[in-house]
Amino acid sequence: MSKERDAAIVGIYEYPLRSVDGEVSALQIKAECAARALEDAGLTWQDVDGIYDAGDGGGMAGLNISEYLGIHPTVIDTTGVGGSSYEFHAAHARRDIAAGKTRVALLTYGSTAHSSARAIGVGGRPGGGMHPADNMDGFAGMTLISNYAMVAHRHMYQFGTTSEQLAEIPVATRLHAMRNPEAVAAMEDLEFLDIRETTISDVVNSRMIADPLHLLECCMISDGGGAVVIASPEVVRDCRKPPVWIIGTGEATQYPQIGGDITVSAGAQSAPIAFGEAGVSASEMDIAMIYDSFSITVLTLLEDLGFCAKGEGGAWVEGGRLRFDRPADGPALNTDGGGLSSNHPGMRGIFLLIEAARQLRGESCSQVTDARLAVAHGNGGMLGSRHTGGTIIMARD
Amino acid sequence: MNDLTRPLPQTDEYDTESFWSATTEKALRYQQCANCHTIVFYPRRHCTGCTDGDLEWRSATGRGRIYTYSIVRQSYHPFFRNQVPYVVAWIELDEGPRLISNVIGVKDPGTQVHIDQRVQLVWEEHPTVNIPLFRLADDHAQ
Ligand SMILES: [Zn+2]
Repeated sequence: MSKERDAAIVGIYEYPLRSVDGEVSALQIKAECAARALEDAGLTWQDVDGIYDAGDGGGMAGLNISEYLGIHPTVIDTTGVGGSSYEFHAAHARRDIAAGKTRVALLTYGSTAHSSARAIGVGGRPGGGMHPADNMDGFAGMTLISNYAMVAHRHMYQFGTTSEQLAEIPVATRLHAMRNPEAVAAMEDLEFLDIRETTISDVVNSRMIADPLHLLECCMISDGGGAVVIASPEVVRDCRKPPVWIIGTGEATQYPQIGGDITVSAGAQSAPIAFGEAGVSASEMDIAMIYDSFSITVLTLLEDLGFCAKGEGGAWVEGGRLRFDRPADGPALNTDGGGLSSNHPGMRGIFLLIEAARQLRGESCSQVTDARLAVAHGNGGMLGSRHTGGTIIMARD
Repeated sequence: MNDLTRPLPQTDEYDTESFWSATTEKALRYQQCANCHTIVFYPRRHCTGCTDGDLEWRSATGRGRIYTYSIVRQSYHPFFRNQVPYVVAWIELDEGPRLISNVIGVKDPGTQVHIDQRVQLVWEEHPTVNIPLFRLADDHAQ
């Protein structure tokens, strides 16, 4: 077991709505989530001395959120690396707490992606910009999903992975979503056509969006937000809820390289660092909170996190082993319903931490009995080209 | 941007302007370091293999293979939504660099396009740049 207990998640909150109809702003969602997460921890605004922000509240990240919340933090970290930003923030918060630079770190996220009709899941091209890499491929009409679909195709080609195997992932997360009232409400508010548990056949017979990925392999596009409070061991003692210790962290980038393997993500670099630091292995995990932008994201990451060897993910996920009620078969996947069926406002990483903490507290809608260890892995950017990976290993007392 | 044409690259972006200006002469260029021989792509001003690099431009033959691809069946883009279904692919040039492009000229991409298929560069002409697209090579041999 891990040696160090430097920092723990002590407060969590997930914004309950996925469609706000333009009634609230992203900044307002961030502030409300922050207040509720502090309340969950038994802390107040005055306790916060570290702010971690991915820039989702507008320009001058770190400053604008501090003023808006009315706090004067002594650590300001504005790492913005896409959907995995919150795993990076958790890693940095633990590091900063261990260094004595902050005692109570606050991570917040807010988004009105659905209301703003941003095409995250099934269309569109992510924002342009003048990075030279962007200037090389804008002409080709690569949608976000086709970027991920190219990873899936190559995975199928190299390893014989099938659509039926990939479908195991959305089937498991939908099962968990149907047990989560907020996820069910989300699917209703976002006007999902058929809100029920799904089968492999449902997934592979849903509409093809970008070969080989089908509609039910794509995340939703919601509004939403959340907050996480991370505190030092001395603060933990006075908190309301049992601590969820951060015992290992890893960070990495990945991008196209000559002769590179598109089926290997940044997680292959970040996960061994995190597990090594924690002194535990993937096979010991009760909970796997893995960024499910698309089915292939999870399959690739299960391999890169070390649950099985590269290329064996398809066979490994077969037979429903990712369900919360199959603990003997390995970790339960995305027990909140995931980005596929509960919450994906664009940068889902914070929800990975929140649901992992719920599980280790015993508060999940799809609770794994006696869950002790969890891994959260965020993937930011685009899996099939340039992206970041952040791995966080968590343990309860 | 005219909705009826594909989005075209910026021709004044610092790192890539030489690449795009060469397309007006139908040259598909990449960089290689004369010092350490590292191939650099997308184009940059500095060598990623050494700190005293000397990057030289090379011209690719335009032959390569499909490293991986997808068939886009849904797009909200004003131009591309009228092109579906179309093929987006990572093309691996014989010289090594990989670029995102389209495989064009296939009637039924669902059955005709495969990973590792040989492809050949074709230029789509525009007033200020030419766009490197690919078609299946006449000789499908690998
Ligand atoms: Zn060099």
